[in-house]
Amino acid sequence: MTEFTPYASLAGGILIGLSTVILLLANGRIAGISGIYSRLFETGKLANGKSAWVQGEKGWQLAFVVGLLLAPLLLMAGGYEIVQVFTGNLTLMAIAGVLVGFGSVFGSGCTSGHGVCGLSRLSVRSLVATVTFMSVGAIVVFVLRHVVGG
Amino acid sequence: MQRIIAGLLAGLIFGVGLVISGMSNPLKVQNFLDVFGNWDPSLAFVMGGAILVALPFFRLARSLPRPFVADDFRMPTVQQIDKRLVFGSAIFGAGWGLIGLCPGPALVSFSLLTPEAIVFVVCMTGGMLLARFLANQAMRRALKES
Repeated sequence: MTEFTPYASLAGGILIGLSTVILLLANGRIAGISGIYSRLFETGKLANGKSAWVQGEKGWQLAFVVGLLLAPLLLMAGGYEIVQVFTGNLTLMAIAGVLVGFGSVFGSGCTSGHGVCGLSRLSVRSLVATVTFMSVGAIVVFVLRHVVGG
Repeated sequence: MQRIIAGLLAGLIFGVGLVISGMSNPLKVQNFLDVFGNWDPSLAFVMGGAILVALPFFRLARSLPRPFVADDFRMPTVQQIDKRLVFGSAIFGAGWGLIGLCPGPALVSFSLLTPEAIVFVVCMTGGMLLARFLANQAMRRALKES
């Protein structure tokens, strides 16, 4: 069981919304984390022949990821206690990691790019993606908890 | 430089939002997805709150000539609903349900340096690179044919 936290979750959601607004209005870009993070590793030439590093995108992308990594450290420095409960062993973490990484890039977005930005842009494509990953996620949890573990 | 500062600020705020909202706790995410069990609907408020804030600005952005510190707005142009989108999203959803971490919270967790988070992020990065490689190959093939 986890406690129902509507206010904290809403506050966090508002911050996430604010972050996407900053990236949109300042840089004109979408705050899609799987896209931003995975593109950091593209060092060679892209399919269009241009180098990934000369297009001026790497700087802010790297800074965005650094910001994500710094956030929990800042919160902890301020005395905030971060609760994390993992329900699987390391093998399951590895399998889930590959699936999340491959699927989010192959499907052109994750919870942030499709779920937040895409739905805010009223994109039908992102709606389809979001309904798909949420439904499959719910089915997997159902099987894990009520079929296999039930 | 301004673009880098905006990126850093956006990343920081995003990360703080993920932690405060509960998205960075895999158990809470699984409880959100567990609609037929001990359902914890909190995380609906995360997406709801974020969209509530962002939606009017995406609308506003359409009438702006350019962003404040960059040359152009670059929004996704693809509108097609294809097999890639659905297949990729389904695979992502399966991994998300299995452990309760998606890419943002995974990166935030990485800073806590638990073995679980490290293994997840390393494997997630590998999966992403594989998908990028396949996507780039498909694009090269398409360019050659055209």
